[in-house]
This record gives sequence, C-alpha cells and structure tokens, in this order.
Amino acid sequence: MKKMSSRRKAVNAVVYVFLSVLALIWILPILWVILTSFREETGSFTPYFLPKGYTINNYINLLTDNTTFDFTRWFSNTLLVSVVTCITSTFFVLSVSYTMSRLRFRSRKPLMNIALILGMFPGFMSMIAVYYVLKAFGIEQSLLALILVYSAGTGLGFYVAKGFFDTVPRALDEAAMLDGASRGRIFWKITLPMSKPIIIYTLLTSFTAPWIDYIFASVIMGDNYENYTVALGLFKMLEKEFIHNYYTQFAAGAVIVSIPIAILFISTQKFYVGGVTGGSVKG
Amino acid sequence: MKQFFNAFIKGDLLTRLSFFILGLSNIFRGQIIKGLLFLSTEIAYLYYMFSYGFSAIGKLRNLGTVKQGWVYDENRGIDVLQPGDNSMLILLYGVFAIFITIAFLMILKSSATQAFELEKEIRRGKKPLSFYKEIAQYTDSKLHRTLLFLPVIGVVVLTVLPLVFMILIAFTNFDRDHQPPGNLFTWVGLENFKAMLSSGSTLGKTFFPVLGWTLVWATLATSLNYILGMLLAMLINKKGIRIKGFYRTIFILSIAIPQFVSLLVMRNILDDDGPLNVLLQKAGFVTEYVPFLTDTTLARITVIIINLWIGIPYTMLITTGILMNIPEDLYESARIDGATPVTQYFRITLPYVFFVTAPYLITQFIGNINNFNIIYFLTRGGPATLDYYQAGKTDLLVTWLYKLTVGSKDYSYASTIGILVFVISAVFSLIAYRRTSSYKNEEEFG
Repeated sequence: MKKMSSRRKAVNAVVYVFLSVLALIWILPILWVILTSFREETGSFTPYFLPKGYTINNYINLLTDNTTFDFTRWFSNTLLVSVVTCITSTFFVLSVSYTMSRLRFRSRKPLMNIALILGMFPGFMSMIAVYYVLKAFGIEQSLLALILVYSAGTGLGFYVAKGFFDTVPRALDEAAMLDGASRGRIFWKITLPMSKPIIIYTLLTSFTAPWIDYIFASVIMGDNYENYTVALGLFKMLEKEFIHNYYTQFAAGAVIVSIPIAILFISTQKFYVGGVTGGSVKG
Repeated sequence: MKQFFNAFIKGDLLTRLSFFILGLSNIFRGQIIKGLLFLSTEIAYLYYMFSYGFSAIGKLRNLGTVKQGWVYDENRGIDVLQPGDNSMLILLYGVFAIFITIAFLMILKSSATQAFELEKEIRRGKKPLSFYKEIAQYTDSKLHRTLLFLPVIGVVVLTVLPLVFMILIAFTNFDRDHQPPGNLFTWVGLENFKAMLSSGSTLGKTFFPVLGWTLVWATLATSLNYILGMLLAMLINKKGIRIKGFYRTIFILSIAIPQFVSLLVMRNILDDDGPLNVLLQKAGFVTEYVPFLTDTTLARITVIIINLWIGIPYTMLITTGILMNIPEDLYESARIDGATPVTQYFRITLPYVFFVTAPYLITQFIGNINNFNIIYFLTRGGPATLDYYQAGKTDLLVTWLYKLTVGSKDYSYASTIGILVFVISAVFSLIAYRRTSSYKNEEEFG
C-alpha cells in the first residue's frame, strides 16, 4: 500500500509539472498584453519579453488624447449599445424561451424547427442585406441600427433559457392556475422570480455581445468613426499607419475592455456549461 | 387551411362577405372595435399595394430596365444624368411587398376563421366576447402571441427578410460589374451555382480547395480540441491534485477575454519579425525567421494550434462536470478485471463523455465550419494567392464570403457560398442528429 502511494506521488508530481507548464503557455499571451500596455517604448513589438521601462501613460493617453482615436467615445458607444441590447434581448430571449418551454400552441413545433433552420445559415451571410434594410429605414451607420441588429435576432437563441425553464417544476403553475391566475400572471409573478440565475445569465451574455462583436459592427458602421465600438476602434489602431505609435495604447485598451468581460464570463461559466450539456442529458 | 375553406363553404353570407371585406362579420355581430381593426388593416394593405406594392412586385420580373446614363435634354441643350433603375432597391422593395402580402394573407385567414367561429357562437345563442375580454385573453390563453410578437417581428424583419433577399441574390448577377445605381443586375438562374461547382472556372478552382480546407480545418479543430480538452480536464480532476480551481481559472481566462484581443495579440507575437521569431533566432534554434502565418502549410498548422489555445479550455469547461459524474464503481470493477488506464479511458471515459456531449460536438463542428474570428484575426485568410479568386490559402468558406461581400462586392457569389455552407451544415447536422437520436434510443449508458 505504501509503495503504491509513493508511486502515486511521483505521478502527481509529473502531472503538476505538466499542468504548470501548460498554465504558463496559456497565461503568457495574456501576460504579454498586460506588460505591453505598461511598456514605455513604442512599437508593435520588442525583441525582448520584459519592457525596458514602465509607464501608465499609455492608459492616460488612450483615455485623454482624442485627436486620432476617440477611445472614450467608443467606450461610451459600446456601453450604451450593450446596456440597451442587454435589456431588449433579455426580454426577447426570456419571452421566447418561456413560450417554447411552457405554453402549448399549434405553431410551437414548426416555429422551433424554423429557428433551427435559420441557425444553420452562416450568421453574417445576410449582413449586407441587413445593412440595406436599415438603410431603407434611414438609420444605417447609427447606434440605433447596431442595437436593432444585436437584439432583433436574439429570439432565435432561446435554447439555453428554455432548458432552464424546462427544469422549473410545474406543480406551482398548476396550483396557481387552480387559484384562477392567468398565464401571464404566472409568468410574471411565479416563474420569473424563480428564474434569477437564467435572467442574470441572459443579461450578462447579451451585455458582452456588443463588446466582442467585430463583423456586424464593421459592416454597419463602415467608416463612421464617431459611432465605432471598442472592437472596431481597437482593430483600427492596428492598421499599418498607426500600429507603430499606437500598439501600446491598443494593449491598454485591450486590457480595459477585457477585464470586465473576463469577470462576467468567469462568473457565468456554470450556466454556460449547463446550457450546453443540459439539453442532452435529459434527451 | 382546412378551417379556412370550411368557413367559406359552411358560413353564411355575412361570413362569406367578410372574406372580401375584412371584419364585416365582427362589425355586424357586436365586435365593432375588432371588426374596425380588421377593416382598417385591409384598407391600409390595399392602399399600400395599389400605390407601391403591385408595381414593386411587378418589377421583380426583370429587376429594372432603364440604365443610368447621360441623356441629351433638348430644352436645356445639355446632357443630363438620367437616374435609371436601381435593381437592388427594386429587389428589396419587391421582397418587402411580398412579405407584407404574406402577413396580410395570415390576417385574412385568421379573420375569416374567426368570422365563422363568431357565427357559430351566435347560432349557439352565446354572446360574442367583448373587446376588453378578448384583450384579456392575450395575457392568458393567447399569452404565447403576446410574448412572441416582438421577438418574431425582430427575427422576420432583420433575419428572415434579409436572408430571403440574399438568397434571391444568389440567382442574379449582382457582382462587382453590376453595381447599382450605375448598372443593372438581373436574374441569371443557376449560373452562379454552375460557375461555383464547375471545376473549370476560377470560382470553382477557388471553391473546391477552400471547401476542402474548411472541412479539414473543422474536423481537426473539433476533434483535437475535444480529445485534448478532455485529457486536460481529466488531469486537473485527478485525485491528489490540489489547487484545481486555480488551474481551471487560468485556462478559462483564455476564453474569457475577447477573441479579437487575444487573436490580434497572437498575430503580433507570431509575426515574421515578431517577438517569438526574434526569441527563436536569438536562442539559435533557427537562422531565419519562421513564417508562422505566411507559409501556406505552416499557417494552416498555426491556426489549428492557436485554436487549441482557445478551444481546449472550452472542452475542459464542458467536460469537467461530466467527468465527475461518471460512477466511480465503473472504474473500480474495471480495475478488478485488470483493465489498464488506457483501456479504461477508451472503454469508460470516452464513451460516457461522448454520450453526453454528442450534440455539443455537432454544434462545435458546425461552429468551426463557420469560425470567422480565428482565421480573420490571425491570418486574414492569407497567405494570398493568385490561384484563388479573392481568397487566401487559409480562408474558410465564411471568411471568403466576408471578403467577397465587404471587399470586392461580389454579392451574388457571396450568397451562393452562403447557401452552399447552409446545405453543408444542414446535411452534417441531419446525419449527426439522426445518429445521436438512434444512439439515445438505445439503452441508457451505464
């Protein structure tokens, strides 16, 4: 028995070393951005890993110098878009998922199949058509357009929340129905208050979407720099004529954007896992 | 549909009339507000159709005939720019009109069947529902309509309508040489598909290699991420390993930060003159720079490896919980039977995890076929090549589609690719779902 445990110790030591090496590989690029954001020397990269001098000017310039790149404006654009998107799309997602999970009506199955089929088209295949539709309404290149694009289709992504509603016990609904409560009342007063986790999950995921999207924002905004989001703006900083002078500021911006997004993701990961595997476990 | 015709055949005169004058039955049978709503919808629809709709649909036939150009104006004695038809707008408004007509037909159907229901109710001697009561139904037995109304409108206007528009464009010649308002484009039938799928044309010479690489990429990226991610989860889950939470958080960090940040940074690190190359040269491993992103084969390997950096933590995240759910006695009895750890992995762990995550794998595979970020941010599809039309050697079908849309404005080719990608995704998911459902119908695992 003793021999066994010393062998296990040896194996575990190997595992520790292996995991630590892997962890280092995984953390290095992240560490590199953070170091770059404090680097004193400009340039898109240095031939050495640790910067020669450290400064917080990259952050200060990024936030105060608006002559070439108006990062604060892009930041507030993104914040505005994501707050509004977050509210509307949470409303959409919860409505659709509750309907599909709890209510029974004739077109339920067909609608769910249509959602499945629509999901198989490449997401941005029709983005140029979306642009023209928005143009027909006269709102192309505006933040409103971006909000509409981010929220309008969210009803299709109801699977995770539906999976959650499927697990909320029905006994309460039935009891309330016997007491004469309408279905609308049950939704508002009984199911929603019991669904805090999924509401938070939906709020947070729809809040992050505008921060990390590049494709739709790039097509809809075109060259309207005023209404850029952070993703577009930071990408712009890496263009050939800017990259040398602005790379360290890009890194600072990347750090500023990444911190809240990373915190949100880490705090919602367990819902994400449940959403991906939940449906299959139940069959 | 049956109800609809039934209502016409069996209904009385008033019911039949309300097929043509919407809401008539409601108005004369005590549901005045509802009847007026139906009626005003019809008037609005007819007004729209006669002033715009019919001509919009009519023009769909050839998408415009008058080309923009200079025409001599006799009165003024100079050439004047004649505006001409805009095929793009004609197509868009035509699709609008068709959508509005479909919506109207649905209202018509609902109004007709309701008129018949109302007639029957009255014959049975019941009082028609008051408007207020009917509204109240929308928070109860018709709650699904209330809840779905806005989301469905959103999806129809900004997903379905653009999609239909785009699918139609695949059957036109709306490419860089036929850009409105200067030029007209028109229907060409299946020409784009023929060009795309024939091995002789430049498009075909691009499509098949890009498709091949897309499938190789999706297969490798999905399977490697899956297997290696599961192994990582197993290592962290291993008995006796402490600070599990610490390791997990580090790996999860890489998926928690936005991809445009991590991938753009990676691109920089891997650049020909980037820090990695400088380090390798300084350390004397290589004499010249390694073309991580500029050599075809190496770039393809690089994107797969970088994708591991993002993908392994995902699989780890998903499988950690599942691994912990595997009943311990399965392993114990396997050990008693003398099974090696490798056998245990292939006979117990892999089948168990696979059973639970099969749908996840399918969505991952389709997600990888459509994986825009990693390719676009890392290589932008490069290295560029003249063998391909507007595509580079690491371009996937979707990044090629993006380039054709945003870059060269070959919309007709782009939407042809979009439809083909849809067909590929649909075929794969159909096969996979059928396989897994038969799998599911078998005895539950364990």
